[in-house]
Amino acid sequence: MADQEHEWILRLGDDALVLAQRLSEWCSHGPALEEDIALSNIALDLLGQARALLTLAGQREGLGRDEDALAYFRTDREFRNALLVELPNGDFGDTIVRQMLFDQFAVLRYEALASQTVDLELAAIAAKALKEVRYHAAHSAQWVVRLGDGTEESHRRVQESLNMLWPYTAELFEDDAVSKACNEAGVLPLNASFTARWTEQVRAILEEATLTCPESTALLTGGRSGRHTEHLSYMLAEMQVLQRTYPGAEW
Amino acid sequence: MSAPKTEWPLWEVFIRSRQGLSHKHVGSLHAADATMAISNARDVYTRRQEGTSIWVVKAEDITASTPSDKDVLFDPANDKIYRHPTFYDLPDEVKNM
Repeated sequence: MADQEHEWILRLGDDALVLAQRLSEWCSHGPALEEDIALSNIALDLLGQARALLTLAGQREGLGRDEDALAYFRTDREFRNALLVELPNGDFGDTIVRQMLFDQFAVLRYEALASQTVDLELAAIAAKALKEVRYHAAHSAQWVVRLGDGTEESHRRVQESLNMLWPYTAELFEDDAVSKACNEAGVLPLNASFTARWTEQVRAILEEATLTCPESTALLTGGRSGRHTEHLSYMLAEMQVLQRTYPGAEW
Repeated sequence: MSAPKTEWPLWEVFIRSRQGLSHKHVGSLHAADATMAISNARDVYTRRQEGTSIWVVKAEDITASTPSDKDVLFDPANDKIYRHPTFYDLPDEVKNM
């Protein structure tokens, strides 16, 4: 295994954990009862993935940190998620566009992991997660099409969501020393290898939704090395307050 | 053009819990169309492994008998006791009767 594998698994786990926390903020605020439950289900799927991945990251790191230590006792600078998933929920359109952009990426990443990685434990987690994220991807794509190809207002608003979120997508495909080392060790292909298929699939969804794919200009990045937006620390404050106040507290 | 409806139509949900059993009515939900109804039914009614198959039907497409027709529809069966299978010995192999 690559020395830096735990660091790389942490990125996967943090993507899932942070997005799970964001989506769970929708619980009881969903636009309809049915969609409220759908978003909560997706949040719970992601939380399950995060637990498995953080546990594995802790084992590979070998310093005795378990899932709770990693989730509750790291600062924002120590989180390794992409910026996209930590952004505030905004309105339902913002949330669902963010979800679509991430889900399309998550499917490709888990597909590659499930079939190609040399780390068999990671492959098992990915195989289970793949079924979940395929459903998430179908759900969010369906909503983007509905809203984009819906009313004049829904089209306008979801196009604005897309324009706002688009600059955050390039970070998903960045590679650095960690991802290159993991690629050489056979853990996962380079993130850049997902770019073409992701772009193709996202463009197809946007086309069906009659939305205009933004021209990529600004590149907002930094999450993988712990340089986050201000939004993450507020989110973590809420997520971590109980364990930090009463360490080891259980239900 | 009529004003857009603010509420999604109601759908009735039928779930088959296991192969070999029939679909059973489990409840209803709101959805904009059939695709969304299936997806919502999955999220609302199969979270605890209840299903292997889902049917959704628009509630307005269901024709129901009216309670006032009860006597005409159902009373005549009261004295036809020979229609019950209690007069026959069922082989053990026959299940789900």
